[in-house]
Amino acid sequence: MSEPALLEVRDLRVSFKTAAGELEAVCGVDLDLAAGEVLGVVGESGSGKSVALKAIMGLLPPRARVTGSIRFRGRELLGASEREMRRLRGGRIALIFQDPLTAFNPMLTIGEQIAEMLMLHDRSLSRAQLRARTVELLELVSIPEPSSRIDQYPHEFSGGMRQRAMIAMAVANRPELLIADEPTTALDVTVQAQILDVLRDLQRELDIGLALVTHDLGVVAGMAHRVSVMYSGRIVEHAAVDDLFAAPRHPYTRALLASIPRLEGARGRLASIDGSPPSLAGRPPGCAFAPRCPMSAAVCRSERPALRPVGGSRSACHFAEQLGARTEEAQALR
Amino acid sequence: MIASPRLRIPTFGLSGGTLPVALGLLVIAFWVIAAATVQFWPLDPPLDMVARRLQPPSAEHWLGTDALGRDVLSRTLHGARFSIPIAVLVVVAAALIGSLLGALSGFFGGILGAAVMRLVDVTLAFPPILLAMAVAASLGPGLENAAIAMVVVWWPLYARLMRAQVLEVREREHVEAAVAAGAGPFRTLFVHVLPLCWTPVMVNATMDFGQVVLLAASLSFIGLGATPPTPEWGAMISDGARSFYHWWIAFGPGLAIFVVVLGFNFVGDGLRDLLDPRTD
Repeated sequence: MSEPALLEVRDLRVSFKTAAGELEAVCGVDLDLAAGEVLGVVGESGSGKSVALKAIMGLLPPRARVTGSIRFRGRELLGASEREMRRLRGGRIALIFQDPLTAFNPMLTIGEQIAEMLMLHDRSLSRAQLRARTVELLELVSIPEPSSRIDQYPHEFSGGMRQRAMIAMAVANRPELLIADEPTTALDVTVQAQILDVLRDLQRELDIGLALVTHDLGVVAGMAHRVSVMYSGRIVEHAAVDDLFAAPRHPYTRALLASIPRLEGARGRLASIDGSPPSLAGRPPGCAFAPRCPMSAAVCRSERPALRPVGGSRSACHFAEQLGARTEEAQALR
Repeated sequence: MIASPRLRIPTFGLSGGTLPVALGLLVIAFWVIAAATVQFWPLDPPLDMVARRLQPPSAEHWLGTDALGRDVLSRTLHGARFSIPIAVLVVVAAALIGSLLGALSGFFGGILGAAVMRLVDVTLAFPPILLAMAVAASLGPGLENAAIAMVVVWWPLYARLMRAQVLEVREREHVEAAVAAGAGPFRTLFVHVLPLCWTPVMVNATMDFGQVVLLAASLSFIGLGATPPTPEWGAMISDGARSFYHWWIAFGPGLAIFVVVLGFNFVGDGLRDLLDPRTD
């Protein structure tokens, strides 16, 4: 092995001390990401996906306890000094936030904020150089008239333009790893597609490893190479994107796929998943999805299934083998 | 139908909301100009004219003369030279010291933050005038010492206000975004948190100018601020209070204090309406 992997997360656990005791939001998550690869991290809100990815950047509040191992290019980030983390953040690892309105400082112009990002990682840049680079970056994300928009404040930008600017800021220092936390959730559907195009083009052009956090399987289908599905703090299925859509190996994934609105086929009620995810304090002893799972058996409620290889994928379900077959059966019926 | 008679006050195109602000600004402008230039005004020289002592208000002495025959109007106008700069100095110093300590306490928390807030609690547990008296008395009389005493009494209010602001603003997403961009803690605090925290501090400061003028006068009144020959408003009221039948001696400086405090309150209210989106 010549170069260490871009990102290698092993047994990541994040817990928060609260009045109700220590609650585990992420319970042993493994993630791998290679340079130039797109990994989709999918799950409902509260599944721990955002917490897991913020842990990688060291952005969790001090009361969060993070254990396990996060290796970036072979370097362990857990326990790295604040100085070292500061150099990485915004430099080699960048983050795109969900809501570009709240993620920009309302008191500074868009240009000032992108310039700050550049300046924080290269003190030698002159004022004129910073400005030129910023205009270039706005051009890169197809913002029209960048040299005049650079002096505008965030509230003068539309939602889509703001998210473009956010992407420009994130890629300002040519990061190797980009974490996008629901980058299109706060946007109109029509704008979403444009933003994803911009993101995909940049990811390819700059050969960025992209961790795309979303609850929208449609976004994943169009962009990701591999997908990790999270439920209640754990990865329940990990698969190549085509395998995931063709033959989901976990009932939760299957339920998620069933709840996507489709254009073709019979129109009826949208499928939904009954119940809600367990609270952090009240996870059942067995499989966390068992209470909502249509196929749960006695073993599901007593024994937690481990993530294990099934076909080309990995699934954490006692009945993963049967599941693939059943899906094909279901598809044949349809 | 009979139109109900209505008193018409000329408002010069200003609405009910902006009229008090304009009046307040006018009053403040007058006293600031007085504080800066009163030496050059054609006023009665502040010499003792015992022959014309204790005269009631007249065409010659609009606000009468005091026990030493000095013109009360002249002395009241000269008083601005002390009250206005002291109010500015005390409010600015208290706001800067308080805001800085409050911001550090709110942003970093920890033992130091808790220590600052306990000190604030202790200071605010005293009635302000009592603590100011104690500090001023231990430093000795004089306007400078009174100013120091007032800063000691006043900074905790700003510390508490600023801390509350910082605690709220630091949870906003753009602050996390700044950290994610690689900004250090001090840069995050001074560039991304503090600029969004100033509004209530500024409104409060404007309101406090009046209060500080009042407290300074109170300290001088009880003999802990300006010493006798100084035409400071509180000291002058103290003079006047000794001879109750010569009401005009205290009336001039009393009126000055009233007008200044009211002016600052009007402007403070207007500023709050302008800056705080929660009020109409």
